[in-house]
Amino acid sequence: MIRFALRRAAFSVLLALGVSFATFVLVFSNGTAIARAILGVDATDEQVQALAHEHGLDRPVLVQFGEWLGGVLQGDLGVSYYTGEAVTDVVTSRVPVTLALLGIAMFFTAVLSALLGIASAVAGGWADRLLQMVALVGTAVPNFIVAIMLVMWLAVSARIFPATGFVPLEQDPGRWALSLALPVAAVVIASVGPASQQFRGAVKDVLERDFVRTLRARGIKPRAIVFRHVFRNAAGPGVIILGLQIIVLMGGVVVIERVFALPGIGELTVNTSLLGDIPVVMGCVLFIIVVVVVVNLAADVVNAAINPKVRQR
Amino acid sequence: MTEPVPFGTSAATGPGSQHPIRRLLRNPFGLASLIVLTAIVFVAILAPWLAPFDPNASRPELTNVAPFTSDYVLGGDSAGRDVLSRLIWAARSTMLASLTVLAVSLVIGVVAGLLAGYYGGVVQAVTNWVSDAVLALPGVVLLIAMYAVLGPNILLAMAVYGVLVSPIFYRLVRGVVAGVRHELYIDAAKVSGLGDARILFRHVLRAVRSPVIIQSAFILGTAVGIQAALEFLGLGSPRDASWGGMLDLAFRNIYVDVSGVVWPAITVTVVVLAFVLLGNALRDALDPSSKRRTLTGRQAARLRSQAVSHNAVPDEVVPDDVDTDVADPDDGVIGDTPADAVLSVRDLRVGYPAGMATFRDVVQGVDLDVRRGEIVGLVGESGSGKSQTAFAVLGLLPRNAVVIGGSVRFDGIEILQQKGRLQAVRGSRIGYIPQEPMTNLDPTMTIGKQLVYGLRAVRHISRAEAETRLIDLLHRVGIPDADEVTRRYPHEISGGMAQRVLIAGAVAPDPDLIIADEPTTALDVTVQAEVLDLIRELRDERGLAVIMVTHDLGVVSDLCDRVAVMREGRIVESSPTVEFFGGPGHDYSRELLHAAAELG
Repeated sequence: MIRFALRRAAFSVLLALGVSFATFVLVFSNGTAIARAILGVDATDEQVQALAHEHGLDRPVLVQFGEWLGGVLQGDLGVSYYTGEAVTDVVTSRVPVTLALLGIAMFFTAVLSALLGIASAVAGGWADRLLQMVALVGTAVPNFIVAIMLVMWLAVSARIFPATGFVPLEQDPGRWALSLALPVAAVVIASVGPASQQFRGAVKDVLERDFVRTLRARGIKPRAIVFRHVFRNAAGPGVIILGLQIIVLMGGVVVIERVFALPGIGELTVNTSLLGDIPVVMGCVLFIIVVVVVVNLAADVVNAAINPKVRQR
Repeated sequence: MTEPVPFGTSAATGPGSQHPIRRLLRNPFGLASLIVLTAIVFVAILAPWLAPFDPNASRPELTNVAPFTSDYVLGGDSAGRDVLSRLIWAARSTMLASLTVLAVSLVIGVVAGLLAGYYGGVVQAVTNWVSDAVLALPGVVLLIAMYAVLGPNILLAMAVYGVLVSPIFYRLVRGVVAGVRHELYIDAAKVSGLGDARILFRHVLRAVRSPVIIQSAFILGTAVGIQAALEFLGLGSPRDASWGGMLDLAFRNIYVDVSGVVWPAITVTVVVLAFVLLGNALRDALDPSSKRRTLTGRQAARLRSQAVSHNAVPDEVVPDDVDTDVADPDDGVIGDTPADAVLSVRDLRVGYPAGMATFRDVVQGVDLDVRRGEIVGLVGESGSGKSQTAFAVLGLLPRNAVVIGGSVRFDGIEILQQKGRLQAVRGSRIGYIPQEPMTNLDPTMTIGKQLVYGLRAVRHISRAEAETRLIDLLHRVGIPDADEVTRRYPHEISGGMAQRVLIAGAVAPDPDLIIADEPTTALDVTVQAEVLDLIRELRDERGLAVIMVTHDLGVVSDLCDRVAVMREGRIVESSPTVEFFGGPGHDYSRELLHAAAELG
């Protein structure tokens, strides 16, 4: 089990490295464009070249990546082009908001999509078809539109929730929860659709396996088969589904933070990208990659703990 | 053969016989989304003529004007521009951007998929690796991060998004191609001297067409949503009208004018939904086999009533008469139920929906009796309906199977289609031994745990009592280190061992009848013989009745007291084993024996 976890961890580090590299190369592929974005359209070519040189953007991308990676290993992500602040400080200050939003949304997505997916698979018939249709519509409507509608109805028209802004947890837990309620709802509404369909698929797969028929032939009651045997077997795939869902959630969180003006990583990414403050952007991307990789590593390990067969591979 | 018979009143014009496009148009969601999307495309093309105003012309006096109160039908935005005109013009850029995504992802994904699937090996390994890496990228975040490089150029950003989603097409195409590659017609084409490129295009492209069309609809829908999100974040061009940009502007203005966000929000939602629903409808229309059909209660009932009328006048309705092939009544099987029969099956009929509108009978009027202490071999080639008969007796047919008629009496009580009574006899009085030992144990539970749990589900005994009984039984079925085995997981024991465990599980509640579905097929020869001995010994000890479903005449001659031969859903001969091997009464039985003799 420990060997399995270590092997997965090593693989995860490689994956994080690979994805960071790909992102870095794409983002830094055109240093002049970055300098141009910072200075605006009115700057002369000389000014642009000078700025690119100042930030070292005119060097080969591989050299820049090597330098950046060396910094990362020492906990140094560089400094902001604009404020001169250390990127690690800027990013760290934003982490609690995003992690709270992400963690709570993940929890509700897991519970709701598991319940709906299982109900859909076990019930079958018209209930299944209805839930499938609802999930399809939920999948189709973009999450930021859900968010805008929530703001429109519950914050602006009904004034039940604050429309935007964030209250830190240590300042006022009640208002903290209230300020996160709508963002969480928006993320969850958009992610439950696809996730519940995958849970449904996982449970249906188990229900069609031979041993379920044999258990029924043994005279075990259908309810007991579902609760004791099918759930155990579907739990592994379910955990993996949730792990992969984090990629979708992450994309959602970035946009949702912007809608609700939450001072999180997503909002920071958008603002600094628009400014061309690339070191901060890259710091945000690294944080997101690490979250995705860590969550998927955790999912793999939990899956191995549930399913003894996985460990051997 | 079992001809697929149409069912229902609309049998002749059933959806199965239709062209995919007609099937799509008959689906209300498919039709609605096609209408919506066609309308949007027309609006996009005709924007300069349809839009009442210049999308960028500002009339300050109409700033934030409410809908339906001025020249601006849907109201004015916070810069005094006409909302309707901007919506119409934005349809253009949206269509262009979505088509860009589709074109880029299709070209990259399909070409890479064709090459990887066709050549396999190193090419495939490399492309697989790249595809996995691209899929692991956080797409939306990456597009945002690349804004400094890409600039406010939404078409370029969407082209990059096309690259990011191309692995979806790649995987799809590679999978289909790899499957097709091994099929004969490609080999035949190779032999006939067609060039590689022509092989790829002529055969493989045809095979991947449907899944690619279906996936395209979903990609287009996602693209519209992503584009709107990027523009909403301010990453689009501020000059051009766009749905996401309109949302952004209206949202900033939401305290002044709540309704401003409604129009672009509805537009984006409707378009994305139309693409997704179209994709769903396309899947049903192009790939009907992907959906296993299950009859509704009413359809099944109608089928049963039809079957009853068939029975009333069999010669007129069923061309291949039911009764002619059935064994002689005077061997005592078909007449009245023998007094000591533990199981008595009469005229059992089971069918499945086949395709969209037809129905296939797999069991067509089976009669079978099993006496106490008797081992009956149910033999026939695969697809003859013997396993279906066994599952019907146990009430374990797949969900889409329909019991059309007949009777199954266990110990004198009707159990066919009787959920409560079946539940009462399954496990406790009728045991079941499956065919494939390795897939019939719950992989997440130890052997001991699942055996004890199964036994205690039907017998009210203590855990300790159940454990003792099962350990004894495991010793009895030839597992000497029973204690050790109960602590293992199914994947940690051999197939032969797993089959013994399954036999022990079936026998443990002390049933009257065991239905064994090819219990030796998956085992090697020496283990086979041991398992057969075991079943015979258990019969001798406990007076068990056994139905032995098998296609192996060796097993029959070795073990069975009586043989019932099944072919095409009917029992064509039923006689004592000795008589059967002495000289079978039915032509098909002779063929079977002859074939077995040649093999042996």
